[in-house]
Parts: sequence; structure tokens; C-alpha cells
Amino acid sequence: MISMKDVYKKYPNGVVAANGISVDIRQGEFVYVVGPSGAGKSTFIKMMYSEEKPTSGDVIINGKNITKMKRNQIPQLRRELGVVFQDFKLLPKLSVFENVAFALEVIEEHPKVIKKRVMEVLDLVGLKHKMRMLPSELSGGEQQRISIARSIVNVPKIVIADEPTGNLDPENSWEIMKIFEEINTRGTTVVMATHNREIVNTIRKRVIAIEGGMIARDIDGGDYGYEG
Amino acid sequence: MKARTIRRHFRESLKSLSRNGWMSFASISAVTVTLLLVGVFAIIMLNLNNTASSVEEDVEVKVLINIIEDEQQLKAAEDKLIQQVKSISGVAEARYSSKDEELNLLIEKLGEEFKLYEQSNPLRSAIYVKAEDPLEILTISEKIRKLENVHSVVDGKDTVENLFGFLETARNIGLVLILGLLFTVIFLISNTIRITIIARKDEIEIMKLVGATNSFVRIPFLLEGIWIGILGSIIPMIAVSVAYHNIYDALAPRLKGQLLQLLEVSPLIWQVNGLMIILGIFIGLWGSFMSVRKFLKA
Ligand SMILES: Nc1ncnc2c1ncn2[C@@H]1O[C@H](COP(=O)(O)OP(=O)(O)OP(=O)(O)O)[C@@H](O)[C@H]1O
Ligand SMILES: [Mg+2]
Repeated sequence: MISMKDVYKKYPNGVVAANGISVDIRQGEFVYVVGPSGAGKSTFIKMMYSEEKPTSGDVIINGKNITKMKRNQIPQLRRELGVVFQDFKLLPKLSVFENVAFALEVIEEHPKVIKKRVMEVLDLVGLKHKMRMLPSELSGGEQQRISIARSIVNVPKIVIADEPTGNLDPENSWEIMKIFEEINTRGTTVVMATHNREIVNTIRKRVIAIEGGMIARDIDGGDYGYEG
Repeated sequence: MKARTIRRHFRESLKSLSRNGWMSFASISAVTVTLLLVGVFAIIMLNLNNTASSVEEDVEVKVLINIIEDEQQLKAAEDKLIQQVKSISGVAEARYSSKDEELNLLIEKLGEEFKLYEQSNPLRSAIYVKAEDPLEILTISEKIRKLENVHSVVDGKDTVENLFGFLETARNIGLVLILGLLFTVIFLISNTIRITIIARKDEIEIMKLVGATNSFVRIPFLLEGIWIGILGSIIPMIAVSVAYHNIYDALAPRLKGQLLQLLEVSPLIWQVNGLMIILGIFIGLWGSFMSVRKFLKA
């Protein structure tokens, strides 16, 4: 469950990136966040994993009001979420296996459990056979699959992705979308900011359009709605 | 924290040392250079200080007593004078030396031909005075001069002043060098840290993203800092030990009877080595702490 109430965000430089956002996302939903560049999509997403704090208003994740959260509680929040980025954010000096295992080592999981879980998710993204390679030895699409594997390895209720297909060609983008759909089918909430018109108009889901820090549209099975 | 996690931190800190090969090398080199400077400097300063304090301890003035023919009157005058000298504040020691003892000293110093004077000793009896604070010696000798039955005071005014002047200068130069060294060290280390921060920024960001607590992020870095400190102190410890050993063997025999005396190899070398490894660990820890601190705040 993700819930925002009257969320307002003003950056220190005076830019207002969220101007009264209220929204509810139920467990198991798949949501696209669309809108022009600079509209506030990334800000909207960053406030969900407490990378940015709202200036006012409340953000509630899995029943917890994270705006009132102390700094030392943020790690706990992050463990209940999976986050995926446009630029993959893999550690270049760790192998594929180590990169995914990392998210479980952090929560002091038992090595046997780590091994088992990492194998499972690498299997899910279809890259088990490349687990000993370094990220630099993989294609962009493969790197993004690894990053998704890392985001789901600790079985989060919610996966948040900020333009996960932004750096990928169409073929790899579809591949990534298949994985997100699979994750969603298993009951995980997926929130995905995207500029990919094709995808939004083909795999029909709930579409939240943000413009100027406000929700301009919120339609189940809606379309991308912008040119180009 | 689980034992497994502690082991993981150890393993991780060592792996990361080798993964960040060049970065580690740069940090270790910075520590090495710093400690070499510190080690050489510590040895020079400790030796200089030792010489200074032993020289200071040796500073004394010689008070020559008026000649009085009558033995008993002389004895009384001498006793009174000794009492008076001892009661001057700041006097640590007043040692009486009769004119016969003075002659013996002279014979010892200058040769048998002075035995001639044993028949009729022309010398004066004397009092050797040491001050509690060697720097006070000239003030004290001024006071003694004004006492009764004092013929003269040999205080080697120029020698004492020159010596103290030299020691003062040496210490001041030492202080300036310490300050200069400190700036060099801070510059070296902070530069290395800055590069390390840039190199590790992503790593820390990702750790935090997947829910690592601050201490989980920090501990491997701190351990890594300790390794860097220890590795960085190896070369300086060996170099300083070997160098001082050789210098001592070569110079110590030649310095016999000279003002400058070298400190024994042991324990000096152990003290300096200890200082270097502790300082190395401290620098490594401090560097790591500074480099992660910034990113853990956010
Ligand atoms: N850290 C920041 N400090 C100051 N201003 C920021 C910061 N991050 C974003 N902004 C501003 O806030 C506004 C919204 O930015 P945001 O990144 O949320 O947009 P976006 O919808 O994700 O855009 P894009 O589609 O280009 O990724 C922009 O005007 C941006 O310049
Ligand atoms: Mg964005």
C-alpha cells in the first residue's frame, strides 16, 4: 500500500516539484507514472523510498508514515522496497552474483539462504549462467535484469522503477517489461515512471500523469497521452 | 551484529583493498611518506632533546673564595658562605671543593708538572653551584657575587648564553618543522581522501539504497583504513630502524666525550616504531571516517 496525502515538495533552490499530490496505490497494482520532462515524476518516486522528504504532507508506505521516520529507520524501509534505475546502479567491481547477493548481505541473511535466493532471482531474469561475470561484460538489457534481480531478491512488497527502459533498445525494453509483469503477477506492487509510449499503450495498466507537480490524470488502463 | 557479519566485514575490507588497487596504493603511499617524515623527525627531535637536557644538567658555576690566612677564620667564612649560597632560591646543589682538591683537579687535567705547587698551593677553595632551573644560573651567579668573601664567580656567561641560545633555536626550528610537517600530512591525506570519496560514492549510495545501516556501511571502510595504516607503516618502520642502527654504529664511537650524544638504538627505535604504527592506524581510521561521514549524513 502506498498512500500520499497533500504532498508538497519545494527544493532548496525554490523549485516546486510536487504541488499537492494525493494518491492511493493498492497492494498488487501496476502503475505507470508519465508526464513531461521536469514534471516531477522522479521526485514523486524518490519520496516513496525516502530519498527526498516532502516539505509538507504525508507519505504512507505499507502502513507506516515515512515522513515522520527517523533517519535510522530508513534502512528498514529500503529493505521492504525494491528500487530500479535507468542507469542500473550496479557495482562494477562485483560479479553478477555478488551484486545481487549484496542486498541480502546487508540484512545479515544466512549464506545458504543468500545463495538459494540469488539463484532463484537470477533464474527468473534468465541470467543464471552469467553469474560469475562482471557487469561490464554484460549488455545494457542484461545489466538492467541484474538490477531488477537485486531489487526483488529480498521479496519486497513494492518495486519502484524510475525509467527502467530509458537506456534500452525496444527489444530489451520488452524483455524488461515481461519481467516486471511476472513480478507483478506474483503479487508485488510495481510503480514505474516512464517515457515509453509504446509500452504504456500496449501493456495497459493504471496511468498516473504528473504535470507541474500535480496529478493531471489518473486512469485505469489509460494511454500514454503525450505526443512523441 | 552477527559473528558472520563481522567476518564478512573483515573479508570485505581486505577484498576492497585489492579491488581498489591503485587507490589503496595511493593511500598507503601517503601514509608511508607521512610516517617516514614523522619517524625521521621524531628521532632527530628526541636526540636533540636528550642532548639539550643533559647539557642543561651539566651547567654549573664555580665560586672562588677569598684567601684568608688563618685556617679557622677561613673555615668559618667558607661554612657561612656555603650556607648563604644554599639559601639562595633556585639553587639545587652547592658542592664544596678545598684548594687541595682543586689542585688535584688541575694536575689531573694539565699534567704532573703542576705537582710542583703541592708545597705551597696558590689556588683558592671553591664552591660548585647548580641551579634547579639551568636557565636561572646567571641570575643566581649575580646574587652570589654580592656575598662576602666571594673572590669571583666563573659562570662562563658567554658559553652558557650561547648554548641556551642554540638549544632555543633548535627547538624553535623543530616546532616550525612540526607545523610544516602537519600541513604536508593534512594535504597529502585529504587529497587521497577526496579521490577515494569520488571513487566510492556510488558504492555507498547503492549500499544505502538496498537498506544498509550506517554502521554496516562504515565498518568495512574503517577496517580498510586500519589495514592502510598498518601497511603504510611497514616501510617506514624498517627504513628508520635500519638507518638509525647504521648511523648509531658509525657515529656513536666518534661522539665519545662530545656534547652531542646519540640515544641508544633500543628502546628509542621501539618507541619510534610504536609511534609510527599507532599514528598510521590513526591516520587510516581518520581518513576512512572522513570519507564515509559525508555520505552517511544524507
Ligand atoms: N535535487 C534537486 N534540487 C533542486 N531541484 C530539483 C532537484 N531534483 C529535481 N529538481 C527539479 O524539480 C523538478 C522536477 O524534477 P524531476 O526530476 O522530479 O522531474 P521528472 O518528471 O523526473 O523529469 P524527467 O522526465 O526529465 O526525468 C525539475 O524542475 C527539476 O529541475
Ligand atoms: Mg526523472
